[in-house]
Amino acid sequence: MDRRLAVIALVLLAASATYLLWGIGANWRFVLGLRASKLAGMLVVGASIAVATILFQTVSQNRILTPAIMGFDALYVLLQTALVAGLGVTGFAMLPVGAKFAAEVAVMAVAAMALFGLLLGRGAQDIARMILTGVILGILFRSLAGFLARVMDPNAFAIVQTESFASFSRIDGALLPWAAGAAVLAMLAAFRLCSRLDVIALGRPVAVSLGLRYEAMTFAALALVAVLVSVSTALVGPVTFFGLIVSGLAHSLIASARHALLLPAAALIGGAILVIGQLVFERVLGMQSALSVVVEFTGGLFFLWLLLKGRIR
Amino acid sequence: MRLALILGAALLPLSLASVMIGAASVDWANIASDPQAFLIVTVSRVPRTVAVILTGAALAVAGVVMQQIVRNRFVEPGTVGTAEGAALGLLAVTVLAPGAPIWAKMLVASLGALAATAIFLALIRRLPPREVLLVPLVGLVLAGVLQAGVTFIGWQTDLLQYVGIWLMTGEFSGVIAGRYELLWIAAAAAALAWSAADQFAILGLGREAATGLGLNHEGVMRLGLVVVSVVTAMVVVSVGMVPFVGLVVPNIVARVMGDNLRASLPVVATGGAALVLACDLLARLVRYPYEVPVGTVLGILGSVLFLWLLHRAPARG
Repeated sequence: MDRRLAVIALVLLAASATYLLWGIGANWRFVLGLRASKLAGMLVVGASIAVATILFQTVSQNRILTPAIMGFDALYVLLQTALVAGLGVTGFAMLPVGAKFAAEVAVMAVAAMALFGLLLGRGAQDIARMILTGVILGILFRSLAGFLARVMDPNAFAIVQTESFASFSRIDGALLPWAAGAAVLAMLAAFRLCSRLDVIALGRPVAVSLGLRYEAMTFAALALVAVLVSVSTALVGPVTFFGLIVSGLAHSLIASARHALLLPAAALIGGAILVIGQLVFERVLGMQSALSVVVEFTGGLFFLWLLLKGRIR
Repeated sequence: MRLALILGAALLPLSLASVMIGAASVDWANIASDPQAFLIVTVSRVPRTVAVILTGAALAVAGVVMQQIVRNRFVEPGTVGTAEGAALGLLAVTVLAPGAPIWAKMLVASLGALAATAIFLALIRRLPPREVLLVPLVGLVLAGVLQAGVTFIGWQTDLLQYVGIWLMTGEFSGVIAGRYELLWIAAAAAALAWSAADQFAILGLGREAATGLGLNHEGVMRLGLVVVSVVTAMVVVSVGMVPFVGLVVPNIVARVMGDNLRASLPVVATGGAALVLACDLLARLVRYPYEVPVGTVLGILGSVLFLWLLHRAPARG
């Protein structure tokens, strides 16, 4: 095992242990159970966003893009709102959690492949236009979701309102096993594709001449991204810039283009940032929901810095 | 001039419809003898219609001014952080000095808008040249960062609902006589921009060309900044954020009429008023008697139009 990976894993382990055990009182059984489920949620979300971002950056051959910047999260929120609109609030609440989530993920994968496959294919020549299109699509999806929510029902609007505001301390316990299962499967699949992803990163001409089925691989990667984004958005809501921070850190710490190293490193870093951040904000500063805002703020500044440095290619 | 005629002709029936349509029913035959109906019309319907027209016209003109300052067709106050800056200013004064008079709130909101716009201009000066579409992208991200700040302050001070419902999605349902008059200041600022239309047209040629033609580049730039900030701040303070008007209307008008601002600014203003009025009517009718915020309707329509402009227009400055 690579030494850098081991160090990151150790940091994550230490942070998780601190998160679980810090200031645990006499009521430790209850506290431990509560914290364990929150911790598991954060690890799943952090790793999902991280792996989704690395996959998306490889497919789009661009280090400043994340699925969220391109409107993936907003698409998921829109699908979910449309589902509430179609079934009604009670119908939505009565569906079994697992089946609902599976259906959402399936629709999301198809929609993402169709929309973003097209966008990535057409946008190869003009990256700035492609990114701008993605950002505007995100605004469009959010507005549509808001519109649907207002038109159907005030209760539904309350549901959608909470869905569209990210919070790491509000993780749905019933959904967690399903989401974790989907995330683990998608990550295993991504890990199996590692060597092919390395080839994709070389660019279309090289990849094709090396005998890779480029289009099929791109679509497979986009489908995995869609699954992972569904997992993270379903659990905590839309998070725009977190993946950017994680992939930036992973690239600079690993300094290698090999996905066999990059993917696990990013997953570990994603989990570690969330756990440490939540530890600091929840326990030290006593602010429950500030982490998502701070992550957005720093990530946004990082994105601006990358743009100004001309790192768009 | 055909476009001007069409838009002007559209504005009149739209305004009439706006006065006629609303949750309360008004008996138009006996309007003079029914004090209740008279009150509804004079206190709610007419002020609302005026507010919508002023907002649309001022925002569209502010969009043109912004595009001339930045020399980029794909920006407007709502997509570069100006509106978020105004919201930050308003939020700051609401938290720090809740009892401040309205003119103080207005002033601080305008200063916030000014500061945010200045930051945006400083940022894009550092962009690699020739990357035309990076400019709106930087603006959108800056707006996102400022918005995260707004959300954070709102969260910390328990004002999140105020922020989410009032500031972030513009709507006119709260407009009654006495609560929209600030928009006249926005309209005055827009009129000021029109009186300097030729200067702004020259400003769009760039610093060297403008100075070569004898223009006080810095001065006109400053005037433009003030116009954009004041218009945005007044709109945010009175009705909340109304997105995309300043972007799509000037672009569509420029497609037909070109860049002679003295001729095109009145058309832009009319077009902005007609667009916001139409969207406001739609927002009132889609779930009658309830309302959808006009900001949401414009978010959908505006982003679709923006995508169309983005993929149809050749990329140019």
